[in-house]
Amino acid sequence: MPEIRWDWIERHTDDIVRATVAHLEITAVSVVAAVAIAIPLGILVRGRRVAFAGAAGTADVLYTIPSIALFSFLVPFTGIGNLPAVIGLIAYALTMLIRNTVVGLRSVPAAVREAAAGMGLTPRQILLRVELPLAVPSIMAGVRLATVSTVGIATIAVFVGGDGLGELILLDGIQRQLFLTPILVGTVLATALAIVLDALLVLAERLLTPWTRARAAL
Amino acid sequence: MSPAGIWDAFNDPNLDGWHQLWIHVRLSLEALVLATVIGVTLGVVAAKTGRVTGFVVSAVANLGRTIPTFALLALAVALSTIGEGPTLVGLVALGVPPVLLNAHTGIREVDRGAVEAARGMGFTPLAVLGRVELPMALPLVFTGIRVSAIQIVATAALGASVGANGLGVLILSGLANADDEILLAGAIPTALLALAVGGMLALAERLLTPRGLRLARASRPTKTMRSTT
Repeated sequence: MPEIRWDWIERHTDDIVRATVAHLEITAVSVVAAVAIAIPLGILVRGRRVAFAGAAGTADVLYTIPSIALFSFLVPFTGIGNLPAVIGLIAYALTMLIRNTVVGLRSVPAAVREAAAGMGLTPRQILLRVELPLAVPSIMAGVRLATVSTVGIATIAVFVGGDGLGELILLDGIQRQLFLTPILVGTVLATALAIVLDALLVLAERLLTPWTRARAAL
Repeated sequence: MSPAGIWDAFNDPNLDGWHQLWIHVRLSLEALVLATVIGVTLGVVAAKTGRVTGFVVSAVANLGRTIPTFALLALAVALSTIGEGPTLVGLVALGVPPVLLNAHTGIREVDRGAVEAARGMGFTPLAVLGRVELPMALPLVFTGIRVSAIQIVATAALGASVGANGLGVLILSGLANADDEILLAGAIPTALLALAVGGMLALAERLLTPRGLRLARASRPTKTMRSTT
């Protein structure tokens, strides 16, 4: 069994930090862009049965396509680098976010909507002040899922010339006689990143929905 | 780049797309069968033994699902050697958690009334498991198998980087030589294979759901959560 070379880790701290930051950047850009697209799109298709079925169906097909294949489809148009990976990652995150946005918006009880209308709120105010806040738990469940899977799939960006922790695994590890240490470092950091980001999102959700705690306290 | 060029690249005797497709299918199928057997067995054990065992097994499976599939593959190979065997080990390792977690949940969520009724009719514990609990858990188990299958087919394509054959050989060759036709001759069949496998298993899932459960399921809201790739 090959041993862990701590001296390699010491000598390559800079590379490890750089790869981790790059991984975080790719993840953040992809998830933020996907959220920015998914929420308006979800609002747009929520009341339209056919449009939602179409969006959900497209999302299901997209979700099934292996990431290396999806990234490869983009390479002829984008060239190699982070771009095909980020576009692919946005697409995957969208598949999870659209559904959860629509489900969250639809789960708002009709009575709540009517009460808001009765209080004289305009449809726009109802959306912003009532429906969207009540959809936060469902949307955040989608964001958490999308973030954790994006951290994982981002390790494959290296195949199409992208950055991130995949560099440690593929370029420093596999392509250098299966050198275990960088593979292990990449694996541990990617897994830790997913766990930490997930915990931060749980915290963010608590801050975004203070009323759920007030109710629990009663 | 043209469709004919992609087709020619797929049929090129040096790349031998058909052979790589066959290896890809075989490797994925072997991994899926092993992952299913191990996952269902561990899931049943987790559901049937004490609370602590169940918690530990599902916690390990959850952690396993958080580890990137490519990292699991690389680790399996780095701890042994390159080639098809270690790749298979890696694919099984990433295939087990979804099946295990769904089998565990599926069996634990079986209606207690049905289990009590079977016991009352004189079923042995093994008969209760085999004729009541597993059939009722089957739809959820199949969802797990479908998630695993899609991930195995996807990660098998990365096996080319660690010395295994499969459609990934064409993808990596296309990327290394900046040849879009070879790249797509690998990527298109990989995507079609994943879609075919996902579609077939979704169909099997529907056909294998007992009729009584199908009605019960239709009246329940759809689950919003999906597993990670």
